Amino acid sequence: MAMYCLLKLAPLFLAVAVCNGWLFGDFVGKQKEQDEISLWPLPQKFQSSAVAFKLSPASFQIVHAKQSSAGPSCGLLENAFRRYFEYIFGDLKKPEKSRKKVYDSDLVELQVWVTSADPKCDDFPSLQTDESYELSIDEPSAVLKAANVWGALRGLETFSQLVYEDYYGVNNINKTDISDFPRFAHRGILLDSSRHFLPLKVILANLEAMAMNKFNVFHWHIVDDQSFPYMSRTFPELSQKGAYHPFTHVYTPSDVKMVIEFARMRGIRVIPEFDTPGHTESWGNGQLDLLTPCYSGSSPSGTFGPVNPILNSSYDFMTQFFKEISTVFPDAYIHLGGDEVDFRCWESNPDIQKFMAQQGFGTDYSKLESFYIQRLLDIVAATKKGYMVWQEVFDNGVKLKDDTVVEVWMGNKMEEELQNVTRAGFTTILSAPWYLDYISYGQDWQHYYKVEPLSFPGTDAQKKLVIGGEACLWGEYVDATNLTPRLWPRASAVAERLWSDKSVTDVGNAYNRLVQHRCRMVKRGIPAEPLFVGHCRQEYKGL
Amino acid sequence: MQTIQEIDHVTQAEPMRLTALLVTCHMTRVLTVSALVYCHFIVQTSSPTALKLTEVCSSMAHTGTHSQPVRSCLLLVVVSVCVQQVHGVWPLPQQLHQSADRGCLSPQRFSFTYGRDSAAQTGCSVLDAAFKRYFSIIFPDFTKGSENRLQYVWSEPQPFVVSVSVKTGGCDGYPDEDSDESYNLSVSEGQAVLRSVTVWGALRGLESFSQLVYQDDYGSYFINKTEIVDFPRFAFRGLLLDTSRHYLPLHAILKTLDAMAYSKFNVFHWHIVDDPSFPYQSRTFPDLSNKGAFHPFTHIYTQSDVMRVIEHARMRGIRVVPEFDSPGHTQSWGKGQPGLLTPCYKGGVPSGSFGPVDPTIDTTYKFMESLLKEVKFVFPDSYVHLGGDEVSFACWQSNPNVRKFMEKMGFGKDFTKLESFYMESIMNMTAALNRTSIVWQDVFDYHERIPQDTVLEIWKGEKYQAELSRMTQAGHRVLLSAPWYINHISYGQDWRNSYAVQPQNFSGTEEQKKLVIGGEVAMWGEYVDATNLTPRLWPRACAAAERLWSNEEKTLNADLAFPRLEEFRCELLRRGIQAEPLFVGHCKHEYDGL
Repeated sequence: MAMYCLLKLAPLFLAVAVCNGWLFGDFVGKQKEQDEISLWPLPQKFQSSAVAFKLSPASFQIVHAKQSSAGPSCGLLENAFRRYFEYIFGDLKKPEKSRKKVYDSDLVELQVWVTSADPKCDDFPSLQTDESYELSIDEPSAVLKAANVWGALRGLETFSQLVYEDYYGVNNINKTDISDFPRFAHRGILLDSSRHFLPLKVILANLEAMAMNKFNVFHWHIVDDQSFPYMSRTFPELSQKGAYHPFTHVYTPSDVKMVIEFARMRGIRVIPEFDTPGHTESWGNGQLDLLTPCYSGSSPSGTFGPVNPILNSSYDFMTQFFKEISTVFPDAYIHLGGDEVDFRCWESNPDIQKFMAQQGFGTDYSKLESFYIQRLLDIVAATKKGYMVWQEVFDNGVKLKDDTVVEVWMGNKMEEELQNVTRAGFTTILSAPWYLDYISYGQDWQHYYKVEPLSFPGTDAQKKLVIGGEACLWGEYVDATNLTPRLWPRASAVAERLWSDKSVTDVGNAYNRLVQHRCRMVKRGIPAEPLFVGHCRQEYKGL
Repeated sequence: MQTIQEIDHVTQAEPMRLTALLVTCHMTRVLTVSALVYCHFIVQTSSPTALKLTEVCSSMAHTGTHSQPVRSCLLLVVVSVCVQQVHGVWPLPQQLHQSADRGCLSPQRFSFTYGRDSAAQTGCSVLDAAFKRYFSIIFPDFTKGSENRLQYVWSEPQPFVVSVSVKTGGCDGYPDEDSDESYNLSVSEGQAVLRSVTVWGALRGLESFSQLVYQDDYGSYFINKTEIVDFPRFAFRGLLLDTSRHYLPLHAILKTLDAMAYSKFNVFHWHIVDDPSFPYQSRTFPDLSNKGAFHPFTHIYTQSDVMRVIEHARMRGIRVVPEFDSPGHTQSWGKGQPGLLTPCYKGGVPSGSFGPVDPTIDTTYKFMESLLKEVKFVFPDSYVHLGGDEVSFACWQSNPNVRKFMEKMGFGKDFTKLESFYMESIMNMTAALNRTSIVWQDVFDYHERIPQDTVLEIWKGEKYQAELSRMTQAGHRVLLSAPWYINHISYGQDWRNSYAVQPQNFSGTEEQKKLVIGGEVAMWGEYVDATNLTPRLWPRACAAAERLWSNEEKTLNADLAFPRLEEFRCELLRRGIQAEPLFVGHCKHEYDGL
């Protein structure tokens, strides 16, 4: 009875499942073969031979190359060395691991060679970051070469994915040469911590999983209508009154710092989104007079609408607030939202009506929205930050700074929008086809995988303006209980689309690798859900 | 520390009718340190049927002297308390009367006892264990060591005794299809009396009791005066897990059993083997799992694992009905039992692939008989699910021996007759072992003769009402699972679809309707393993749980059920069940795993 809905997709995947799952135990050779091809996302250039080298935890090391500009003082890399060592060999502190028979290592070390004079150990990654790397695996040493630590991080991840365990529990790696770089510079995941509060450890675990998939932007949709968990130093009442709970459901300054540092260690940018003028119900609880009072007839109804765009106090507040945000979040960009502004409340308010008349906006409330956004952009620009906005801001004709990133999220007429935005010369990122909160039965990762971001008609110059995309997991139906398995490995499909070459589109091949990759995530403690029937050698234990 | 922070609050029999609350705190008499609060609330609703409730908390004043009466209005605080004040029971009891009077519970002075007239007394395995379990559920802070100490400053702990009386013993037995799960629960000052016929009924009552207890913002535990008369609408309330398409580690199964008990499910339908893998380690045929499991050591259920599942379930009043689905869905069986499956042919020669169980040879029936004997020995429940669904005839058609057999039997080209022949044989085998067979609807759809006491399970989504009519007209008992295939996910609140199902809404006589003995929620395993099972099951399965337990007329409105279910899912989180959210919002105690 369970199969009956599946007949459409069944043949291919059943066959695949048979190979992966059932015969797995019988064919050691097969296992090896599969592990070799389980790199995710697939590198740009990849050459591998059947020659395998053993890796022993007793003698293998990850070290700085002599020529490297980075050394032991580079905390970021030191940290990454340890992390990847543990990914490869497991936690050696656990007794059953240490009892493992010691054998000689064919490969004695991985030398990490950072080539540019400034390794950028203490910097933050940015949109301009060079993430390319070269990896050469040969006896007796493997060499990972990258211009800076960010490329080195990507290469370490790839290296760890090349290692596979044979049936005697010995780690092996094949002679391999890889030259790799991302196709798009902005590869993001959006998490929504307003509709449901996400405990810190869920966010950190997902940063961990992002690094495993070479994502490099955490778009933190931190506040919205439902709650305001960001604890502001300047306006503490925002979270005191706007969070679900003022102590248990908030992100303190040190929580935010921890997220940023944890992300930095993995080469991930943190771009916070403070969405206005709509999506701000929760702001009003702690900041009186910020929101527009809605009217019912001629008297206030007691409910509130978007930010009140006609009061100077609104702009004073925004000035102070974004001054804080610009210092708390080191990234060069802040996401300012600007989506889905409901005009009904503005329409109902007599003061707003008067203002509209004064300004000569007639009854076109998108002009009022633009008026607000324009002033907000100026405020934020004064903090020396760049900004990202949702597509409506562009659609409404707001004057944007040249370096503005416009995020396309509406599913209908997506290609047209990309065309328009890039024709106007703005950089853009795409999230419309990757709303992962929309779930359905079956292997929907394939839909995400098949998206080609540059398929819209336009010049080469226009296509270059598409700097990447984001997988969005909005929070209406998602919290700590189901976030991680809902996001992974579905977001992995987006990861490969944004990193690997345009020609990497074979869904069957991707399936084989992704099955392995999801088991690898499970092994590393991420409860990534299954793609289809089958099993992992090490199933999820964290229940 | 002079102001006493304790705030009494308001209860409603039907909290959802209240759209807005106007709460006036008339008078708060603040007593000094060792005394308590008198509080007098008047609650009015702005709904048309303005409902007035007056609550007078009984004084538990100690020795202290009264200080000045203080007038205060604590509108905000009180309203927020009211919001968390749904404390309903899920699934909704048949009769529930709650009063605004409430008493305090203190873990130090709380106890379960057996009533004097109870047939079960200390030493009753099921109830002794349940008392221990429910103590921790009722007082989650107590065992976690984060007890709010303040409450002992303000209140002298009052004793509270839950006295449990069952009419019949049977503490060491297993629940079965005739188990009486009814119970009466009466909660008054300082005590609760729980009466039931069987220990299984007592378990249901303890679950309801545990859901009545709530904590205020200061960590104190309360329960309102309550009267419950309760019994299930359907005797068979099942949940299917599929451990073949993905292996489910033992703890995932045990955790599911815990959550099932919270929703008053009483049958674990264990779809233990299928095409992809055979994780059941058979004592008679060890090669089945040696060769048919995903891995012969790490991905199997040993005999002691199975025993543990059965005992864990028994302790919670849950039956374990195993399914050994044949003749289709048996690919994994063939690896450890050569000759069992039909060899498929291509162009006159065996193709190397195999089809359903080979129904033409004696060895098949000998094997099935041994296997079913073992199943009877291992699984105490009187029901066995024999499957019988989705048999593909292509392989049988290709095989010359099968065709010869068809001819010999006079089946012509009708392979459903061959399937029928096979199913009848194993149903008879099962009957001879004193077991009741459950089969999927296919067996009824394609076959004329089915032993009368066979239970039929409907799984095909389209037109299940018509199927219900036909099956019950033929006099068969029926289980409904078609509308509850909750492995099929979609965006939004799909629990409402499950909730809207009316299992007896089909054309038929009263007698026919009685033949619907219950239903099952099915969580097939194509896309589900230990990583996502629990949040995908809960609270979505709760919708069917209420449909199968509660009075349908009182529970048809999903909007009314919503706040109670929301509360219940937070309670599941508190109990460590990773239940996903219904919609935006939060729980006081969020899930703290990953």
